[in-house]
Amino acid sequence: MSPYVVIAAVVAVGLLLFVAAMGARALLAPKAPTRAKLTTYESGVDPVGRDWAQTQVRYFVYAFLYVIFAVDAVYLFPWALVVRSNLGAASLLEIAVFIGVLLVGLVHAARRGLLRWL
Amino acid sequence: MSDTVEVTLRAVGVLAAFLVLPLLVGQTEHKVMAHMQGRLGPMYAGGFHGWAQLVADGVKFVQKEDITPAAADKRVFRFAPAVALVPYLVALAAIPLSPDVVAADLPASAVFVLAVTAVGILGTLMAGWASANKYSLLGAMRAAAQLLSYELPMVLAVASVCLAAGSLSLSGIAAAWSPWWLIFQLPGAIVFLVAAVAELQRPPFDMPVADSEIVFGAYTEYTGLRFAFFLLSEYAGIVVMSLLFAVLYLGGWHGLLSDQLGWLWTLLKGFCIAVVVIWLRVAWPRLREDQLQRLAWLVLVPLALAQLALTGVWVVTTA
Repeated sequence: MSPYVVIAAVVAVGLLLFVAAMGARALLAPKAPTRAKLTTYESGVDPVGRDWAQTQVRYFVYAFLYVIFAVDAVYLFPWALVVRSNLGAASLLEIAVFIGVLLVGLVHAARRGLLRWL
Repeated sequence: MSDTVEVTLRAVGVLAAFLVLPLLVGQTEHKVMAHMQGRLGPMYAGGFHGWAQLVADGVKFVQKEDITPAAADKRVFRFAPAVALVPYLVALAAIPLSPDVVAADLPASAVFVLAVTAVGILGTLMAGWASANKYSLLGAMRAAAQLLSYELPMVLAVASVCLAAGSLSLSGIAAAWSPWWLIFQLPGAIVFLVAAVAELQRPPFDMPVADSEIVFGAYTEYTGLRFAFFLLSEYAGIVVMSLLFAVLYLGGWHGLLSDQLGWLWTLLKGFCIAVVVIWLRVAWPRLREDQLQRLAWLVLVPLALAQLALTGVWVVTTA
């Protein structure tokens, strides 16, 4: 029996838990919506503007950096399995070069002030 | 037929652990926090030191009205708690308590658990975006940036452990563990613990839900049971991360009588880590957004890479 069958069953059980809990809530909880109750919460005053608001895009720098490094991290896991073979020393050097290049990028980003907030 | 029964039993067993362990951590948090702050904490519910407080909370949450704001993207808003919660359930299924006590012994469970826990953030993002609320959106953006930044050192720290063990399976890693790891994997362990607390958005990394600025971040608009599910996912996250730490860095089931009581050792070690996570909340003030991004990129990532280099050199020279 494959362990992935168990994983699939666990996902199903999790969804079932959510559905069952929501069912119990539907039976037990009161339901009395009013207009004021359904308005967007803005600390007790009437909401200013509509729906989705604009926000800072500073965060995208971190997303970029993450994507670069996450791809690199994916390569580390297969390396963990071959490093004990006769590839060992050579692969260590190659990984060092690979990560070194990315590290230079990170240092560059930091020195150009990309990691400063404002 | 017997296969079906076994799969069902395993899945239900995981569900039972998932419903009990977070409550245990939650109650511990109530009590430990209270005593650290010179209070008693819950004392009434259930009689003995308020042991049933969280059960009572659950009963209360089920009876609360469920409100979906008129401006919200309703379907996404309603489904987000499930997306936040289920990944931790699945992650729990792949964590071994001992070589025998594991629901699903996957060949690459270390990578699997990391991948699955990373899905949980989608729940927060969905909640924040679908609420159509400014606080929620800000909270979700902060949460996303924080989770991206701290995912990386965590993955690097785990990669270092995989490298030291020569295995991607959590069972294999714990089997290869030796007490020396406590010393030479220590930087990686600290990186992992800090990143785990940040992933869980627990204080001192609770900027995404900072109550004094953005109410409760992405969860501002939630009420009743859906809100409770987000809370439950936070505590389930503590359980998953603590057990993961115990298996990766503390040798899991290694200990006295590990043949019979291995699972108990893993649980005990995990519980100690959970208490540390609670302790951090009491001991430290919240980090500002720029401070916590700097910490991730300029301290944790270089530290994790240094750990990786150390492990790599050690493995190659001793192999």
